[in-house]
Amino acid sequence: MKVHLKVWRQAGPDAKGRLVDYTADHVAPDMSFLEMLDSVNETLIARGEDPIAFDSDCREGICGTCGVMVDGRAHGPDPCTTVCQLHMRRYNDGDTIVIEPWQALAFPLIKDLVVDRSAFDAIIQAGGYTSVNTGGAPDGNAILIPKTVADEAMDAAVCIGCGACVAACKNASAALFTSAKITQLALLPQGRAEAPTRVVAMVEAMDTAGFGGCSNEGECEAVCPKGISLRHIATMNREYRRAMFSNR
Amino acid sequence: MTLDPNIPSGPLADKWDRHRFDSKLVNPANRRKHTVIIVGTGLAGASAAASLGELGYNVLSFCIHDSARRAHSIAAQGGINAAKNYQNDGDSIWRLFYDTIKGGDYRSREANVYRLAQTSVNIIDQCVAQGVPFAREYGGQLDNRSFGGAQVSRTFYARGQTGQQLLLGAYQSMMRQVAKGSVTMFTQREMLDVVIIDGKARGIICRNLVTGELERYVADAVCLATGGYGTAYYLSTNAVNSNVTAAWRAHKRGAYFANPCFTQIHPTCIPVTGSDQSKLTLMSESLRNDGRVWVPRQQHDTRHPNDIPETERDYYLERKYPSFGNLVPRDVASRNAKAACDDGRGVGESGLAVYLDFKNAIDRLGHATVAGRYGNLFDMYRKITDEDPYKEPMRMYPAIHYTMGGLWVDYNLMSTVPGLHVLGEANFSDHGANRLGASALMQGLADGYFVIPCTLAHYIASTPVEKVTTDHDAFKEAEHAVQSRITSLLSVKGSKTPRELHRELGRLLWDEVGMSRTDAGLRRALARIPQLRDEFWQNVSVPGDPNNLNKNLEYAGRVADYLEFGELLALDALHRTESCGGHFREESQTPDGEARRDDEHFAYVAGWEFRGVGTPHELHKEQLIFENVKPSQRSYK
Repeated sequence: MKVHLKVWRQAGPDAKGRLVDYTADHVAPDMSFLEMLDSVNETLIARGEDPIAFDSDCREGICGTCGVMVDGRAHGPDPCTTVCQLHMRRYNDGDTIVIEPWQALAFPLIKDLVVDRSAFDAIIQAGGYTSVNTGGAPDGNAILIPKTVADEAMDAAVCIGCGACVAACKNASAALFTSAKITQLALLPQGRAEAPTRVVAMVEAMDTAGFGGCSNEGECEAVCPKGISLRHIATMNREYRRAMFSNR
Repeated sequence: MTLDPNIPSGPLADKWDRHRFDSKLVNPANRRKHTVIIVGTGLAGASAAASLGELGYNVLSFCIHDSARRAHSIAAQGGINAAKNYQNDGDSIWRLFYDTIKGGDYRSREANVYRLAQTSVNIIDQCVAQGVPFAREYGGQLDNRSFGGAQVSRTFYARGQTGQQLLLGAYQSMMRQVAKGSVTMFTQREMLDVVIIDGKARGIICRNLVTGELERYVADAVCLATGGYGTAYYLSTNAVNSNVTAAWRAHKRGAYFANPCFTQIHPTCIPVTGSDQSKLTLMSESLRNDGRVWVPRQQHDTRHPNDIPETERDYYLERKYPSFGNLVPRDVASRNAKAACDDGRGVGESGLAVYLDFKNAIDRLGHATVAGRYGNLFDMYRKITDEDPYKEPMRMYPAIHYTMGGLWVDYNLMSTVPGLHVLGEANFSDHGANRLGASALMQGLADGYFVIPCTLAHYIASTPVEKVTTDHDAFKEAEHAVQSRITSLLSVKGSKTPRELHRELGRLLWDEVGMSRTDAGLRRALARIPQLRDEFWQNVSVPGDPNNLNKNLEYAGRVADYLEFGELLALDALHRTESCGGHFREESQTPDGEARRDDEHFAYVAGWEFRGVGTPHELHKEQLIFENVKPSQRSYK
């Protein structure tokens, strides 16, 4: 089949961008969305033209490198699916697809569909860890963690840091990303000790990086490829208030 | 030259302790004055950066991704082994050591493997302390499962995302050091050369992938943790940006490459569909615990699998290996799948697939139990193939997954270039000719958390280095070499894309240096690769600007390196006329078609020295000495 594309092309952060039309011929239903883009790029490269820049790596939905807006939706139409796992059988011959980069103040554009997400690293640097050095850890079974708690922590820990939550949010808030890490570590005894300082520092880092506030729209949860729940944001807010009222 | 592995003396179980005591230390107050470069932020690189940063060294960490958290370790599904014996099922450090040596078909070093088994227990403790949410029992203890045919349950896991959770643990520890200022993170940097001064590794040349600028970094020592070379085959389970470039450029500067022909082919991957496929997706080996592998008895049978009656199916693994059945090791399962397809009994559109059938398991255990065990894998399969594994068998075919070969290192993880250390999959050291399931994560973290902090301190404390800056002539020469290679790539202006040439190389390597290798086939590959390389340099198309983000330029540089590396891969496979582990030479098999090792002639590590592109490499041998286990022929009948 054949699909028509409107792709955001922008040579650099300061250049003017625009939507450019392309046609992907010979699209097979089993191709992934990114393989379809690869095929467009192959044609461009063979003609000596600059290919469309987009990020991707593992192509199995776990590294969090890929991510574009497909027809206005982060990662495209399928629920709980990264764009690398979206397949062309979802589309019909002759369809037109609009492809744009994540748009957020804290994710400055680098080129075409590639943005800089290092603000996420800055949030983790502010406190997304437990303060333990290598060596001297107690035996793994010395800390008992009930299965239900471990499972809940894992539900939060599956975040892949792709940035879809920010891209989908009208405030470009990083609340879902930040709260997932805060919840994971606050639930576990290993992370509990630093929970009050962590939540304050991470929320501050989120604001400093230029992410907006959360107004509980739930767009983030709707596009999250890992199905991370909005409840974590409530946990973050509760942890934050508790930290502010305590002596930290 | 004989390669000296520098294995400490004394009984096996005491070597590591003794070595740590004999190693020199760096005064805590002086560590800040020593700069260490670490390239790569997967499990090995991130754990090394975090640990060395905690100790107080000035660490410079580099990765090609936009964040350290993206490294391909993140994709590991199954789990991580540790000799904890929490299940009281007879596990021990000795048993993990023995299983790893035997699984590697007696082509790894006893001392390294024993140290790996010893440190495995500390890894779990460390990761738990970091808040890695491992699977738990209802009572709160860590859960274990049996993996990859092991007879004990020693695998720790976090759902089907163990690699992700372990990597995020290491990444977070590293981010903590970044905040403290002991680790400086350089993302979107590709290492394109190692700088050697006075015979020692003293720095690297990087390309800033966003601005295109070449950058110089100087240090007292360099660590490479840049992963394996599976992507040389084009289609593999590796991420599309994984590459051999850093290792290969180090090799060209004098680091020997060891056992490149030891590649692991994973038996259960989703088969190839169409020519535009960019990568293959692995389905966890745990599926073989309940799934039954079969092909039709008759050739070219085009019936739907559900229409083929029991009597016309060949459950070939159960038939040939009655005691291990569907749970034979990866190499055996892969070769048998290929044999069935070569016999014209493969299934699916391409005929390059076998069935993995859960019908019996669903009948026996019920839909809910099977969904509980494999639900996420079934969903993943359905997403990719649009077929429902609850209703019809999965189609599977082997794919390149892991590379046991890599840069040669001694017991201290130092390559043949003083000061250049190699960690994780990038080195060759611990898995011999075949890696066991759930052991890659263990090795990456052992190297980074526990081995390198000790051995690198010893190197720094015992090796005086002259004070140099990045203005040194060696930096200028290296940067110039990198620059001219980039200029050459841009100036060809041909009409073939790097991907077309990579795909062609990949197909050649898969056909001739894949699951089954012959003298004639390897010679064909050795004749063809230089032609492909010439074609690349005469006809590749690399449009665009070198001074900004240009992913096709990055990729072209990597493909150019695969086209050099592929030749060494085939050469090593040609010289090793025995079969062992993942390396199967058709000339060396038992009468019933199993791999036949040749300990008399090949019980050594092949370390290859670079002599120039197109010039044959020189072989150096490290003899493998088995003092504690007796090599025996593996049998899974």
